[in-house]
Amino acid sequence: MPEVRLFGGLRDAVDGAESVRVEGATIRELLQSLGREYPRIRERIGQGIAVSIDGVIYRDNWDQPIPEGAEVGLLLRIAGG
Amino acid sequence: MANDSKFTNQKFKLVGTRVMRPDGVDKVTGRARYGADASAPGQLVGAILRSPHAHATIRKIDTQKAEKLKGVKAVITSADLPDFTGGEGELYNVLENCMARGRALYDGHAVAAVAAVDAETARRALKLIKVDYKVLPHVTDVDLAIKPGAPVVQPGVKTKDKKAAPTNVANVTTYGHGDVEAGFGKADVIIEKSYKTEQVHQGYIEPHACLASVGPDGHGELWVTTQGPFAYRNWCATLLGMEMSQLKVTSSEIGGGFGGKTHVWIEPIALALSRKANRPVKLVMSREEVFRASGPTSPTSIDVRLGATRDGRIVAADAAMRYGNGAFPGIWGEVGAMAAWACYDIENVRSVGYEVLLNRPKVAAYRAPSAPMAAFAVESTVTLMAEALGMDPVEFRLKNAAREGTRASYGPTYGPIGIVPTLEAVKKHPHMRARLGKNQGRGVACGFWFNFGGQTCADLIIDVDGTVGLSVGTVDVGGARASLSLIAAEELGIPYEEVRCNIADTASLGHNDMTDGSRGTFSSGMATIFAARDAIEQLRVRAAKAWGIDVKNVSWKDGKAIAKGKRKSLTLKEIAEASPNTGGPISGHSQVVADGAGVSFASHICDVEVDPETGGTKVVRYTVVQDAGKAVHPDYVEGQFQGGAAQGIGWALNEEYVYGKDGRLQNPGFLDYRIPVCSDLPFIDTQILEIPNPNHPYGIRGVGETSIVPPLAAIANAVSDAAGVRMTHVPMSPPRVLAAIKASRAEKAPTG
Repeated sequence: MPEVRLFGGLRDAVDGAESVRVEGATIRELLQSLGREYPRIRERIGQGIAVSIDGVIYRDNWDQPIPEGAEVGLLLRIAGG
Repeated sequence: MANDSKFTNQKFKLVGTRVMRPDGVDKVTGRARYGADASAPGQLVGAILRSPHAHATIRKIDTQKAEKLKGVKAVITSADLPDFTGGEGELYNVLENCMARGRALYDGHAVAAVAAVDAETARRALKLIKVDYKVLPHVTDVDLAIKPGAPVVQPGVKTKDKKAAPTNVANVTTYGHGDVEAGFGKADVIIEKSYKTEQVHQGYIEPHACLASVGPDGHGELWVTTQGPFAYRNWCATLLGMEMSQLKVTSSEIGGGFGGKTHVWIEPIALALSRKANRPVKLVMSREEVFRASGPTSPTSIDVRLGATRDGRIVAADAAMRYGNGAFPGIWGEVGAMAAWACYDIENVRSVGYEVLLNRPKVAAYRAPSAPMAAFAVESTVTLMAEALGMDPVEFRLKNAAREGTRASYGPTYGPIGIVPTLEAVKKHPHMRARLGKNQGRGVACGFWFNFGGQTCADLIIDVDGTVGLSVGTVDVGGARASLSLIAAEELGIPYEEVRCNIADTASLGHNDMTDGSRGTFSSGMATIFAARDAIEQLRVRAAKAWGIDVKNVSWKDGKAIAKGKRKSLTLKEIAEASPNTGGPISGHSQVVADGAGVSFASHICDVEVDPETGGTKVVRYTVVQDAGKAVHPDYVEGQFQGGAAQGIGWALNEEYVYGKDGRLQNPGFLDYRIPVCSDLPFIDTQILEIPNPNHPYGIRGVGETSIVPPLAAIANAVSDAAGVRMTHVPMSPPRVLAAIKASRAEKAPTG
């Protein structure tokens, strides 16, 4: 069960926790699990978020597998110029 | 292999060469068609009435006289733009920003629009529209906006506690790790400094312009200057209650965007006017409108605290970052907080971003949005710390630089990154050994930007003469057509000149995210590689058919299909010529979510000369060192490096939105808002580093944005060195530098 670290304003959606443990072998499964366990985060996911896996940031590739023991983070989906 | 995005260290024949740009002749001869260059039979001219007040309630808009004016075909207000957004969220903010809904939130906010047979009639009609305003108190300064009792810009906005009173702080977000206060307890030296940056505009030469046409059947077309035709299509269709497939958006040639054309401003209005008039409508912003009512970047106010031990190790870092968002909540303070300390490996680090609402235009992205201001504050303080410790500023940065395995201040752990190599290159660069003259100073600074990829789609067609058409959906803002043609030619094994890259409209290709986040060449490059490989599969099949052998016995090399055993081969041209009778057209297609863009770092060196009598600053030498992953077309990469530095120089020294006490913008034109011209700039030297991105087949990283991140700080460090006084307010315009020099002299003068 990956430990998901949350950064910035996303912590508000998990009652201020720095990290949570949820099931998920892919980004999609992970986000589904997060939405089930922490319903308030669904709105943020709907607005757009990014997931970091071992330092690589993924925005839309929800099929990306999450390797065993990977460092996983949930981040703001940033804008660019 | 075909769609594997991992870096393969492929050896290139074409990628990395400096071939002729495909858009050059059109641009220098005037054939290139920009946003205002399209016309349609029966087209009308659109014009927008804008609020002269920074903050007002709109009690009534009387359009009757304007509607009766001969030649006027449509007049619209917000009543003609019903809300299809649900009444909240970012899309509602976009709707309200495009056309005021009962309140004007900044000087220049659109309140009504007309379409008429010519520009003069449209202007006369605007004068006949009567708006009854109730003027409200306003606030345009970031620091004043957060003070108790400040006029509230958006009464519905609360920071966190929904039961609390309204505030101009729309959100507060914190990044970092460790125990910051404990870290400061270990510090031998602590530097605290406050900084301010003024609001600037991207300053693209081409104003916003479009030609909109909506017919009575509900089908519409939009020709527009944009960084993202698909995003524009989606937003406009949603705002107007249209089906996306009913609106075709075609991007024109673009005369600069830098983030400012990633948002819609006039386009929904032009479509609404066209729908009401049942005629095409051309709408072009004046330069004044561009300044007053498109999306500049944030003004900021930033406090930084930095602690280090005597041996030069940073042990704690903290920043409070207040970013003006304009009249609508955004994410600009949060992005600044994420970027602030990203260059460094710091055990105890914190950055807090504040989204501050102001009676100013809705802030938009500007090239690595929010990062330059953060870097200005952080890198100025880093240099101050190096000075306080008696260390060389480059060595101090190297000692504290982030590396592979460093936990980034914004959260994740870095993979292979390029900050240390850029600093090593700076250390060795001849620029650092050049002697400075009288009144001259030198500054260095580092910069970081995230980069991202996104949804991307490409089509590659092989014509019967063997030439290739490549269609992509990312607008070419900085040379992507040349780079993508190089990539297609490299994969297919044909000359670059035999590939022509086109930017597709929204009806001709699957969705593509915008050209932002430095993603154009990274993402469409990946899609082009995959589309070319898809086409090669077809080419092998056709060759196998011609030879009557199994396709698995056909390989592709150097533009030829080769039968197993190398007994025979067919060129791409030969296969293409035969294609009508071997199965018809040959094409390749790719649709990909291009993730794994890889973060980007740069280090800059700047020499300036400050005139102590006038406070005027001249940049006398400038060097950019940046990691490109792989420079597909080095000319364009260097151009991006130089362009970012040039914009940063303007931002650092002159550019500034000046608001009067009445809340109105005082300098909405290029005479009074001074962007740098060639004579203001030295030749900007560049050094491209190539540290491959492991998540791209060619190792490509985005290069478009990072180059604007270090200049504010590099120049501030140089000006401070030359003037002998620390500059903490950007732009460092002559009056500001002169005042700082005088204040410093007064402080140093003997008293009594």
